[in-house]
Amino acid sequence: MKVTVDGVPTVARPGQTVAAALIERGQTSWRDTRIGGRPRGLFCGIGVCFDCLVVVNGVPDVRACQRVLADGDEIRTQRGAEL
Amino acid sequence: MVVGAGPAGLAAARAAAEAGARVRLIDSAPSAGGQFFRGRPDVPPVHPKVEHLADSAVWHLESVHNGHTVRVRTGPADAPVRRGVTLHADALILATGAYDRALPFPGWDLPGVVTAGGAQAMAKGHGVAVGRRVIIAGTGPFLLPVATSLAGTGATVVEVLEANGPAGWLRAPRALLAGAGRLGELAGYAKALAAQRIPYRTRRTVIAAHGTGRVEAVTTAALDNGWRIRPGTERRIAVDAVCVGYGFTPQLELAVAAGCRLRDGFVEVDAAQATSTPGVFAAGELTGIGGAKLAAAEGTVAGTAAAASVEVPRAALRAVRQGRIFADGLAAAHPIQDGWRTWLTDDTLVCRCEEVTLAGLCDALDRHRALGVRTLKLTSRVGLGPCQGRVCGRNAAELAAGHTGGHYDPADTARRPIAAPVRLGELAEEETVEEMNGQA
Ligand SMILES: Cc1cc2nc3c(=O)[nH]c(=O)nc-3n(C[C@H](O)[C@H](O)[C@H](O)COP(=O)(O)OP(=O)(O)OC[C@H]3O[C@@H](n4cnc5c(N)ncnc54)[C@H](O)[C@@H]3O)c2cc1C
Ligand code: FES
Repeated sequence: MKVTVDGVPTVARPGQTVAAALIERGQTSWRDTRIGGRPRGLFCGIGVCFDCLVVVNGVPDVRACQRVLADGDEIRTQRGAEL
Repeated sequence: MVVGAGPAGLAAARAAAEAGARVRLIDSAPSAGGQFFRGRPDVPPVHPKVEHLADSAVWHLESVHNGHTVRVRTGPADAPVRRGVTLHADALILATGAYDRALPFPGWDLPGVVTAGGAQAMAKGHGVAVGRRVIIAGTGPFLLPVATSLAGTGATVVEVLEANGPAGWLRAPRALLAGAGRLGELAGYAKALAAQRIPYRTRRTVIAAHGTGRVEAVTTAALDNGWRIRPGTERRIAVDAVCVGYGFTPQLELAVAAGCRLRDGFVEVDAAQATSTPGVFAAGELTGIGGAKLAAAEGTVAGTAAAASVEVPRAALRAVRQGRIFADGLAAAHPIQDGWRTWLTDDTLVCRCEEVTLAGLCDALDRHRALGVRTLKLTSRVGLGPCQGRVCGRNAAELAAGHTGGHYDPADTARRPIAAPVRLGELAEEETVEEMNGQA
């Protein structure tokens, strides 16, 4: 299965969440906060903390630990509050 | 209708179906199993007569005169393309589980600091380790299986730190007897740690995380009985991941929306797992933290009672009683002590979402005399971000109580009319409305 992360082609396994694929490729953060620009990535791992937000196929605020990757998904780092 | 397909919800759905009810089992995850059975081959199958709605988040719940209206969105998590449906049920079983409690400390929002459950979910569900050199800290027996799972994915677990003392169990001999099975399981994990030479230290924890852009090191320190730092015991250790877990917080919003009475922060239930709201039952970690086996036993009781046609099996009732004694012992052996409040510095974030620091929280308390959770939220913005206080609610309530001497009910932070995120566009859409009578 092929996906892209910030434009870079990456291989992912079916059933893998966005967060699992990002961590496996050695990435620990994929968002920064609205006020302090603090980097964030995985925290609770089960959909409750909303720290892991990421842009998937142009849609921001997707929880990376909850979204299961589909072939061709375009993952992008989220900067602050995106609309 | 059963919400949550973990050990409790699966057992509840099965028992209700076997008692002759029409059952729908709803869970936001793509497959059934909840937290415990994630990635395990022994997950119990969904009963063939149960209709399982996977990838389906319940985001709103309302009690109406003849039952409950439940609003669900089905599809990929947080995608705008999800389908909406409104369902009706005469009886409702809530089995929404719990999530890790994390206590704040300087640097706890650096990437690489994750909850113990989050690390466990990555390891069990995806075979992915959250780091290469990992330290685990917190309290409770759950830290042990997290350590063995991480080691199993090839990570080096530097050490496991238990903030409480080792003698806790000795104070609860009744619990020891009731939980003989669980103790064997824990002994197994302890043996695995020893075999892999992973040190397990008590009365110590991680009090700070350091790094630029991500965690690179932690400071650990010895704690006194009240969890204050023992000066001079600090040690700096290089790691690339930190897992913290201070017990679990129940996922309360649907129960609160249904008007269920709480006790000590959990949903209050009677011997049949019935809540204070007629027609609403609760099972699993929502009613108290006691592990997967107790959750399943409670589910069996709740499912049978909700179907209301047959007697609740004695064995399940006994399993619940035994499990509760063990759970009470567990809670008594792993309390959260107030001293954690002294680990924070003025610039430590209390609320990660809205980036409210300890100084910001105290300032709001002093200047606006915020004497309740509601005013506290509005004046400091704590708990107003996307997580709706799930992560910071209890911590902020306790910090506020410590600062002003007032009372802040952490349950007040669990009032979330929208239980799961929905996009504004989705709210505007027409929904399918389905009646479902004669079902549990
Ligand atoms: C991250 C994590 C990992 C854990 N790992 C282990 C482990 O490896 N071993 C162990 O012994 N214990 C583990 N535990 C403890 C675990 O909570 C219990 O052992 C057991 O899973 C509890 O069963 P349950 O049925 O009460 O809840 P859960 O298993 O938590 O199931 C609750 C289910 O409800 C669903 N849900 C919640 N809200 C909604 C909603 N609004 N709409 C739709 N669905 C919803 C969730 O998706 C979830 O599947 C873990 C806990 C956590 C938080
Ligand atoms: S890590 Fe908490 S919501 Fe994804």
